[in-house]
Amino acid sequence: MIIWPAIIVGTVTCYLFKLAGLSIPERLLDNPRIRRIAALLPVALLAALTAIQTVATGSRLVIDARLAGVAAGAVALLLRAPFLVVVAVAAGTAALIRLL
Amino acid sequence: MSPERRREILRNAAGIGVAVGAYALSFGALSVAAGLSPLQTMVLSLVMFTGGSQFALVLVLGQGGSWPAAAGSAIMLGSRNLFYGPRVAELLDRPRGWRRLLTAQVTIDETTAMALGQEERAAARLAFWATAVSAYSLWNLGTLVGALGAALLPDPKALGLDAAAPAAFLALLAPRLRGREPWLVALAAAAVALALVPVVPAGVPVIVAALAAVAAGLRGKPVDP
Repeated sequence: MIIWPAIIVGTVTCYLFKLAGLSIPERLLDNPRIRRIAALLPVALLAALTAIQTVATGSRLVIDARLAGVAAGAVALLLRAPFLVVVAVAAGTAALIRLL
Repeated sequence: MSPERRREILRNAAGIGVAVGAYALSFGALSVAAGLSPLQTMVLSLVMFTGGSQFALVLVLGQGGSWPAAAGSAIMLGSRNLFYGPRVAELLDRPRGWRRLLTAQVTIDETTAMALGQEERAAARLAFWATAVSAYSLWNLGTLVGALGAALLPDPKALGLDAAAPAAFLALLAPRLRGREPWLVALAAAAVALALVPVVPAGVPVIVAALAAVAAGLRGKPVDP
């Protein structure tokens, strides 16, 4: 697994975004299309990452204890549980199913 | 700014720090479970310091994704910090030189939200920097504890850490799902990503799903967010 290039390229670019935001005039970003994309991009990325981490293993789709764990985490979210509780409920459910 | 207001801001900043620290515990543990060393994990928290991007990077790598796919996912998620800059720069009186470099490092969701939530400029400055200090220190402390803790574990799967990762993303996603359009984009992105899993290399489905959302944003009619 090649890790350091991902860390270096990702970190430098993320920092440059933060710095650019402080340096450019606001009107450059004040475009309805750009604002829409900025709002939708995290939604799409997080949804894709959630789906893939739940049912993908390498290049296969696999239904296993993870799906039950994420479903339990979703219930915790609906009950307005804090972040760490959601994560712990998901992990605990998956671990429990594997034990049984 | 009244002493009460000052105390309230500091209390809120400390509260955000604790929440961020808890989130960092799971990041540290998941990063090591994904195959990064505790050192690599700490470099991410100390230098990248933007949670969603860090999660994306380590989890794409953990799924067997290539390094460009991992970096690309992190960069796309980190691009939102660009949009915080203009508001933050204005509230902090346009910092220059080393101050701007330092401000950039801590311009993230939490600090921006706290600064924008204040009515006076002095309160906004205090809120920004108090949140920056508490979030930065507890994010890194939490990461260290989580990473070292996970390094001692025999098998992350036995503890269900592989289910904790998607649950973490879901928790980040949930507050953004207000209204019909975010739901449609989220479902479409998930469907596109899953359909691509068997046919393209790991990590690529996430990028393609995100680009599809960008295309949808460009084609759709501009509406109020």
